[in-house]
Amino acid sequence: MANGPLEIKAISGHAGTVAGRDTSRDYAVAKLIDVTTCIGCKACEVACLEWNGYPFRETEFDNTYQTMPDLAWNYYNLIRFNEHTNADGTFQWLMRKDGCMHCADPGCLRACPSDGAIVQYTNGIVDFQQDNCIGCQYCVTGCPFNIPKFNSETKKVHKCTLCSDRVGAGLEPACVKACPTGCLHFGSKEDMKELAATRVQQLHEHTSHKNAGVYDPAGVGGTHVMYVLHDINEPEKYGGLPKDPQVPLSVRIWKGPLKWLGNLAMAGGILGVAVHYLRFGPKREMSENGKPK
Amino acid sequence: MTIQRYTFHERICHWLTGLTYCYCLATGLAFYSPWLFWMAIVLGGGPVSRFWHPFVGLVFLAAAIWMHGLWRSDMSITPIDREWLDQAGNYATNNNDDAVPPQGRFNAGQKVFYWAMFYGALLLLISGLVLWFPERVPVGARWIRSFAILLHESAALITIGAFIIHVYMGVFVVPGSVKAIVNGEVSADWARTHHRLWYDRITGR
Repeated sequence: MANGPLEIKAISGHAGTVAGRDTSRDYAVAKLIDVTTCIGCKACEVACLEWNGYPFRETEFDNTYQTMPDLAWNYYNLIRFNEHTNADGTFQWLMRKDGCMHCADPGCLRACPSDGAIVQYTNGIVDFQQDNCIGCQYCVTGCPFNIPKFNSETKKVHKCTLCSDRVGAGLEPACVKACPTGCLHFGSKEDMKELAATRVQQLHEHTSHKNAGVYDPAGVGGTHVMYVLHDINEPEKYGGLPKDPQVPLSVRIWKGPLKWLGNLAMAGGILGVAVHYLRFGPKREMSENGKPK
Repeated sequence: MTIQRYTFHERICHWLTGLTYCYCLATGLAFYSPWLFWMAIVLGGGPVSRFWHPFVGLVFLAAAIWMHGLWRSDMSITPIDREWLDQAGNYATNNNDDAVPPQGRFNAGQKVFYWAMFYGALLLLISGLVLWFPERVPVGARWIRSFAILLHESAALITIGAFIIHVYMGVFVVPGSVKAIVNGEVSADWARTHHRLWYDRITGR
C-alpha cells in the first residue's frame, strides 16, 4: 500500500463492475481512538485543518469547551465534550473525537447516485470525490453517524478522508501525527484491534472501568475508525454515538427491493402497452349512424 | 364540423405540466439508477441536473395547481364513473366501448389518471422538500429523511406508471387526441364516440 495508488474496492452510483477490484493485496487500515486517554487538547482539530488547507472557521460558543456544535463541511474532526453524571452520582467529563467512521458497509456509498462520487478503497478508507459529487445529499441520509456535511455554495459534500492522500504515501493521518497523548493510533486493522483489546484488558484490570470495550460496530460491517470507550454499554453518552448503527432500513429498501420492483414495473409498463397495441390496436371513431368510420 | 375541446389556457397548462414533468422524470431517473445516469449527462451533467430538478419540480407543482383550478370540477368522480370503472375491462381490452356507460368531458380513466398525478405531485413536493434540505431535519428525527426518500421514489413510480398509460392512450389508442391537446379541436365524430355526454351537452342535444 505504501507509496502506491490506493486500490478501489467499491464505487458509488456505478454501472457495471469496478475496475481494479480485488487486484490488490492492500491490508485494511484503521484509526484507533482511545477515548480514555483523550485530554481534549484539540491538536487533532488543528492538524486536520492545516493538512486539508482550510482556514479556521467561525465557531458558535455554547458555554462548553466544544469548538462548535457540529462538524462542518470544512471541519472534519471535532472533539465532543460531554459532562456525564453516573448513576452513583460521580461525574465524568467525556471527550470523544468525532468524525467519519469509515464503515466497511458505508451507508453513504450505498445511497450515492453519482458515479464515482464516493469510493471505498481496499484498505477500508471511504473517500468523497468532490469532482463527481452532484450535491444531492443522499449520503447525508445514508450515514448512520450523521457525518457528511454539505457546502451550500459549492454544492458539494465533504467529510474526513482518513487522510487518504497521506496514507497512500505511507504516512499516518494528520490528526494521529499531532496527538500528544497517544490517544490516537493508526495501523493495520488487525494490529489496531489487538492494541484495542490490550488497552481494554488494561482498563479492566487496573481501573474502575469494568465496562470498557472496543467500539467497532458490526451493524455497518465494522469500522475503520474504532474507539476504546470507558463504557461500551452506553456509547450514546459520548455525544450521540449510536449503540447499534445500521445503514437505514429505508435506504436498504430503496436500493434493494423497491429498485427492482420499480425497474420491473417500468419495463413491464412499457412492454405492456406495446403488446396491448399489437393485440388491440387503436380505437375507431363512430360516425353519427353508429357505424365505424 | 369541429368542436373546441381545450381552450388556449388549458393547452398551455397541459404542456407546461408535461414539459416540467418530463424534465423531472429524466433527471429523477438519472438519480434513481446508475444505469440511467446518462440522462443527467445528456441534460448538462449531474450537478446541473441536480440543481434544476427541484426548481423545475416547483414549476410543475405550480402548473398542476393551475390545472387543478381549470379542471377540478370536470375531474370529480361521479357514480357513472364507478360504473365505468367496473366495466373498464371492456374499454381497455375488448375495444367494446358500447359496454361502458357514455362519458362526460373526461372519462373515468382520465379522471383516475388526473388524481394519481395530482396527489402524486403533492407527495413529491412534501418528500422533495426534505430531500432538498436534509440537514434542516433535526438529527433526532432522521427517520424523516430516509422515509422521505422512500416516499419520493414510490410516488414517482406511481406517476410514471400513470404517465406511461397516459402517453400511450393519447398518442396511440385514441387517434385525434394529440391534435386536440395541440390545437384544441376535435371532430364531432371524435367527441360523440369518446365523450357522448359532453358532446350532447355542448351541442345542445
